Amino acid sequence: MRIRLLPRITGWHPIATTLILAGTIAAIARFTYGLGATTNLSDEFPWGLWIGFDFLGIGLAASGFTIVAAVNLFHAKEYEPIVRPAILTAFIGYLLVVLVLIIDLGRPDHFWHPLVMWNPHSVMCEISWCLMLYTTVLSLEFAPIILEKLNIFSPIKWIHAISLPLMIFGVLLSTLHQSSFGSLYLIVPNRLHALWYTPMLPVLFFISCIASGVSMVILESLILSRGRRDFLPTPLRANLAKIIAVTLAVYFVVRVQDLLTRGALHELTTLTYYSIAFYAELLIGFVIPFALLLIERIRTSRRGLYTATLLVVVGFAFNRMNTAITGLEQYPTQTYFPSLIEVFIMLGITAVGFSAFSFIVKHLPIFEAVAASPRIPTEAVAGQPEPIFLSREGGDLESS
Amino acid sequence: MSQKKAMLIDLTLCVGCNACQGACKEENRLPPNEEKYLSLTAYTALSKYNDLYIRRMCQHCEVPTCVSVCPVGALSKLEAGPVAYDGEKCIGCRYCLQACPFHVPKYEWSSTKPRIQKCKFCASRLAKGLQPACAEACPTGATMFGDRDELLVEAARRINAEPAKFVPRIYGKDDVGGTSMFYISPVPFEQLGFDSRLGKTPMPMLTMSALSKVPNVLSVGGVMLGGIWWITNRRSEVQAHEAALKKGEAYQREDNP
Repeated sequence: MRIRLLPRITGWHPIATTLILAGTIAAIARFTYGLGATTNLSDEFPWGLWIGFDFLGIGLAASGFTIVAAVNLFHAKEYEPIVRPAILTAFIGYLLVVLVLIIDLGRPDHFWHPLVMWNPHSVMCEISWCLMLYTTVLSLEFAPIILEKLNIFSPIKWIHAISLPLMIFGVLLSTLHQSSFGSLYLIVPNRLHALWYTPMLPVLFFISCIASGVSMVILESLILSRGRRDFLPTPLRANLAKIIAVTLAVYFVVRVQDLLTRGALHELTTLTYYSIAFYAELLIGFVIPFALLLIERIRTSRRGLYTATLLVVVGFAFNRMNTAITGLEQYPTQTYFPSLIEVFIMLGITAVGFSAFSFIVKHLPIFEAVAASPRIPTEAVAGQPEPIFLSREGGDLESS
Repeated sequence: MSQKKAMLIDLTLCVGCNACQGACKEENRLPPNEEKYLSLTAYTALSKYNDLYIRRMCQHCEVPTCVSVCPVGALSKLEAGPVAYDGEKCIGCRYCLQACPFHVPKYEWSSTKPRIQKCKFCASRLAKGLQPACAEACPTGATMFGDRDELLVEAARRINAEPAKFVPRIYGKDDVGGTSMFYISPVPFEQLGFDSRLGKTPMPMLTMSALSKVPNVLSVGGVMLGGIWWITNRRSEVQAHEAALKKGEAYQREDNP
């Protein structure tokens, strides 16, 4: 079924190519001339756009653990068709974030140091470990999809054998580092604006990543079902939307209650740069989509869901950027605005992500509905169909 | 208590001669120009507030924020008091710049192999039994070097001896859990650009409250998720089994009418 109402991106290929090319040139400049010459970062503002991008990438890739947990640990098997897209999104998201982190490091050649030099008191150390381990988990979860395509089945059995502890480990790692990105800022109560600084930062980061992760899956399913068979039935999508609504409501309550108990609510009575940024974030990302998602007609309409989940994602981006940039602008004498090179590297890497996604979707069996259609030959060529990790029909965890 | 060293800076004695900065630059082989703010080439700097000269440098905190945030342990607190930095370990994440409550570390932004720069509390001189270059150079005794506990007693003695001259506060005694640099001043510290809202709790405690939950999340979470899987999996197994049984019964009925 075609959806004509959604915006269609035309000329994506030339745009992506240009962005990736510009990003590559920018990255070469960054490595040749150093951070000072190519970014607007400074002693007063040592973290900028790239850190914000990392927050965003990790948050939007949260679908990887939420959907896996729902389907394979909580046995909500009806959501199986979105397991693979969710894992793919997460896998690409994490790889890109790691790439940006390495570009952002002053000494990219020392990126492996956290592996051997530990500091258990450092949130950054915990995050590096979680990122490395979880990216490994994701690659193991993703590997069967590639192996299956290549008709190599024996490693799949091995991965299959450890799949349960692997998935539990993945969910735990995600819980830890999703919240730890918030913990990064626990140590700057004197710098971060009262509207964003709270001891609850890790909790808030965790709750909001669930909403944004699920929203990303819905958005993907809507965009990618354009012009081909829809792989996620409308009632299921509506159910996911309900989950988002509940998560948004929980977030809103925790956030406002936290402002109340900390006595920071008075910051909102006057319209300042900060209060406007706060209102924008909370209205766009939480209040409006929540109100929209309460209406059943919107939950079951593609266009309505598209709007609501897009709002969640945009509001989420606002929230992370506000925490990483806006909230810190009160303190330094120098304000920060990203340089063109910073922007180009970020856009280039985003373009790599989207291109990789569409490329992989075209060549690997990511979508159930697509795989079942005659357009792609079935994988049964190898003879006896093997149980497939993250499970399809007959590929349940206990079998084999 | 062990020989934990510190410095006492008496703002009433400082005449702004800048000898401390000169000696510091000489000791650390930095360009000798006079600088008003901390920079890559000024580990200490004098700034003027009305008639007072305020000397700034790394505070060498007792529970240093920078040491706690560094993911690779490039920063460390030495027993004698200095907070030391190892550029060979540093990965350049710049969390220390972000987290330092005193905005001390400066970054070599223009380098392709950047490090941070900051006051070293002349750790190598201390190891030799010498006092820091700045304290040695100070002609008026405005910067005084000594054992941490003795200097605290001395600071309190000066304040008590002339209560009209000083505000009753030793900055650094217990701010962010205490530092190795103590200031005593004739005017309130807030007027001199000191952050007096930092509180007495060491900053790393703020993070530890979250990080200390990591083992719990892993163990309790792991068991919980495993349990949930067990229950839900069992449920669907039972369902499948019952369905199979029914089917079997149906077949049997067909077989034996």
